[in-house]
Amino acid sequence: MPGNRLKKDSILQGIEKSPSGIHGLDEISRGGLPKGRTTILCGGAGCGKTMIGLEFIVRGAMEFGEPGAVIAFEETPEEMTRNIASLGVDLQHLVQTKKLFMDHIYVEPAEIEETGEYDLEGLFIRLEHAVKSVGAKRVMLDTLEALFSGFQNAGILRAEVRRLFRWLKERGLTTIVTAERGDGTLTRHGLEEYVSDCVILLDHRIQDEISTCRMRIVKYRGAAHVADEVPFLIDEQGLSVLPISSMELQHRVSQERVGTGIADLDEMLEGKGYFRGSSVLVSGTAGSGKTTICSKFAEASCARGEKCLYVGLEESAEHVARNVRSVGIDLKTCAAKGLLLHEAWRPSQYGLETHLLRIHQIVEKLQPANVVIDPITSLLSGTSPLQAQSMLVRLIDFLKTRGITAVFTSLTRGDSSAENTDLGVSSLIDTWLVLRDIELNGERNRGMYVLKSRGMAHSNQLREFILGRDGVQLVPTYVGAGGVLTGSSRVVQEAVETAAALAREQEIEGRQRELQRRRDALDARIQSLRAEFAAEEEEMLKLINQGRAREDLLLTNRADMAQSRRVAANGSRLKAGAAKGTL
Amino acid sequence: MSSQAKPAVAGKTCNDKMLLRLYIAGQTPKSLAALANLKKLCDQYAPQGYQIEIIDLVKNPQLAKGDQILAIPTLVRSLPEPVRKIIGDLSDTERVLVGLDLHPVGRDGAGDSGV
Repeated sequence: MPGNRLKKDSILQGIEKSPSGIHGLDEISRGGLPKGRTTILCGGAGCGKTMIGLEFIVRGAMEFGEPGAVIAFEETPEEMTRNIASLGVDLQHLVQTKKLFMDHIYVEPAEIEETGEYDLEGLFIRLEHAVKSVGAKRVMLDTLEALFSGFQNAGILRAEVRRLFRWLKERGLTTIVTAERGDGTLTRHGLEEYVSDCVILLDHRIQDEISTCRMRIVKYRGAAHVADEVPFLIDEQGLSVLPISSMELQHRVSQERVGTGIADLDEMLEGKGYFRGSSVLVSGTAGSGKTTICSKFAEASCARGEKCLYVGLEESAEHVARNVRSVGIDLKTCAAKGLLLHEAWRPSQYGLETHLLRIHQIVEKLQPANVVIDPITSLLSGTSPLQAQSMLVRLIDFLKTRGITAVFTSLTRGDSSAENTDLGVSSLIDTWLVLRDIELNGERNRGMYVLKSRGMAHSNQLREFILGRDGVQLVPTYVGAGGVLTGSSRVVQEAVETAAALAREQEIEGRQRELQRRRDALDARIQSLRAEFAAEEEEMLKLINQGRAREDLLLTNRADMAQSRRVAANGSRLKAGAAKGTL
Repeated sequence: MSSQAKPAVAGKTCNDKMLLRLYIAGQTPKSLAALANLKKLCDQYAPQGYQIEIIDLVKNPQLAKGDQILAIPTLVRSLPEPVRKIIGDLSDTERVLVGLDLHPVGRDGAGDSGV
């Protein structure tokens, strides 16, 4: 028994899916609609049920080699052809080449009188005819519920609808049935009770005067799918469902660095700039130079020969180009070379999701290496923080998975802290540059610092951000007791310091001279003392010699006297005579 | 049935002859019942004459489109204008008569005598 079951499982191996080819829908349904089964598309008026169904059929016929049959209860084939022609699809051609069969079933209750037993075999016959005439694999019944208004016998109708779904399934037709949203139920007539393989709910919501269409897979029997509400858009390229941010954080990581376009800023970031594929946030108050930093980055990107997408949400392309021209940035040449695509639109033009989608579409088409969104905050005005955050997460995620280096600017209101972006995305940002105004001594200057930059030893300095005719400079500021000095205060401070240094040097020189002078004076005094001493010594020696001579003379005199005395006396004179003889 | 499905003409023929098309899908009991009921009704209540065309959609599915046929059996009165559709096995005689703009039983006789 268990072996048997295992075998059966391996045969089933999950259900097969029919790819819709619709951007994003295959992602949220993980591969498409259930093959050979019926899917209900339900939603209110005007949310694109018919468009989605038709696109599924048309793409099946054109891209997947699965011919389709469309049974329309509300619109004629001519109307449908005209409606979808705006998306650049020629239904007539598909019909002529036998890839598509269209039939219009018109139910007019006023014409019909019911008498006794009947069934809807006519519908089956027409359906079978439609399917057989082109060998259809995909079927769309747009809006099947028209039947419910055409026939009064609910019992027969329900039995027939049930039979219809079984009939479709038996033939292995991948079917889309559109249905009006009911009051409190998914569909007005409870169609979801008959088909329960896949139910997709479409929703059209107006918030702050901006409409957004959303899609949710309510049910997908036997297959994994994304259960969240996902926004979608129908535009000239057909339907686009916004892909959800991928669940896994598996971005490609690059060690490569890309220059910021500002040499001084590169230097603050280890001398190399941003990491490729990282997200950069430049936040600051009005007029703090955000656009200039972005433009520099865009220009540098083009100088490297990389494509750059610049999404401007406040100024037109011409405006930005003219304004940054004054600081020596030439965006026009970049655009002319085809490396810069500057797209500008009003933030109020679309809802949040549509903005995101539009950026997606442009990025898919252009395949840029770098993206600038200036400013990202204007997208978010009037939306709830939750929505804003979820949109940004998706946007950043999208750009990161593509390895695109993105620079966003964020306008900080004057009254809030510079590090508060109102966005709640700080954790997603890799490098965060904060621009701030510094008011001092009656002037306002720009300052910039790197609040964070993941994976690099960035500068922690607050630099003065100077916009000049010949570019952008980041000058180290003076940090003194009175705070940070910038602008002319800094220049004054520089002068003061230079003067002080000069004075100090002069003082030292003076001291040295004084010392020398003293040393010289000392030497002179020593010389004179020496001379004096020499004179004195000479005198002294003279006196000493004189004394000695006098003593000798005295002795001689005394001896002479004694001699003279011995002549007159006795023996004692002999002694004296002897002594005299020795002399 | 198909042998009988050839335009079966009965009753008197005059200018405003009723043209009827009965759509069936194979010879199901409902279809047979409908045809039988229809003939009986027409013989009884259509003095101006009538013509019945029987269309089997199993054989000619493309014909379903012209009269926008969904339910089987469906009876279409194409003449006189306006076009009327009656679905079901035509067992509810009164409703069929209303649908075909024919006079109901009681007043029918009275009307006839009046004319």
